[in-house]
Amino acid sequence: MPRFFLVFLSVMTAFSAFAASPVSENPDLEKRVMALAEELRCLVCQNQTLADSHAALAIDLKNRIRELLREGKTEREVLDFMVQRYGDFVLYRPPLRATTALLWAGPFILLALGVTGLIVWLRKRKPPEAGVIQ
Amino acid sequence: MNRRRFIPLALFGVTAAFLAVGLTLDPRELPSPLIGKRAPAFALPLLHQPDKVFSHDEMLGTVWVLNVWASWCVSCREEHAALTALARAGGAPVVGLNYKDEAEQALAWLGRFGDPYALSLYDREGRLGMDYGVYGMPETFVIDRKGVVRYKRVGILTPEIVRERILPLVKELQRA
Repeated sequence: MPRFFLVFLSVMTAFSAFAASPVSENPDLEKRVMALAEELRCLVCQNQTLADSHAALAIDLKNRIRELLREGKTEREVLDFMVQRYGDFVLYRPPLRATTALLWAGPFILLALGVTGLIVWLRKRKPPEAGVIQ
Repeated sequence: MNRRRFIPLALFGVTAAFLAVGLTLDPRELPSPLIGKRAPAFALPLLHQPDKVFSHDEMLGTVWVLNVWASWCVSCREEHAALTALARAGGAPVVGLNYKDEAEQALAWLGRFGDPYALSLYDREGRLGMDYGVYGMPETFVIDRKGVVRYKRVGILTPEIVRERILPLVKELQRA
């Protein structure tokens, strides 16, 4: 039984590798396309990257990225192409701007508030009386 | 010391306020980076006359509306009445952008429900749709005389949006 399971597993793994085989003949190009697709959000299914998504628009956009790279565009230019059309929201790592400042600074502000609160609370707490610990 | 009692209540209030705002925002409605910028250029065949190519500069000098649709788009049927009303109001010509569709089906759709468009561009590959940042059909743009995008709506047009947003904006742009 374990042996059967192993065979099953290896066959399935082989198939999954087949399913994920690159679309173009050039593996380097495909690697660049996928790296960019990981950075970009699928607009139709907003919590997925383009790389994860099989929505029609995601597939079109991946094809477009491939085309742009083939034309000799750089990674930066491809990202700019997407931002021009869909806005900063397509980037999984949004740039630091006035509108996104709270997004970037928010966690640190909360951390500072928490630490300050903790210090204030600790200072206010009376030291335990000697008699308590025995 | 008694004030301390209200700390949990205050925290609850703040959380509730954030959630209330958060829940009323629609994450699907993204601010379009195109607003205030020149509308993407195009030269596309017409749906009704595939041998004729129509280009963006033929619209210069006119305030016009671009509506992105397809025969496979269910919500496009839903907004059809409001869009027809907009076209009939006569404020601005409504240009259709038939997106990733089969010409035959698109024409059949227009035949069946009525054709509100002054003309229809045929974007078989969805190239122009991509330039306009289309991600959730139907989408509607208002473009001014100079070819600058002034308004974008993602999702269906309602009679209220046509009456209260689009028609007044068209009027205002025509005066400018």
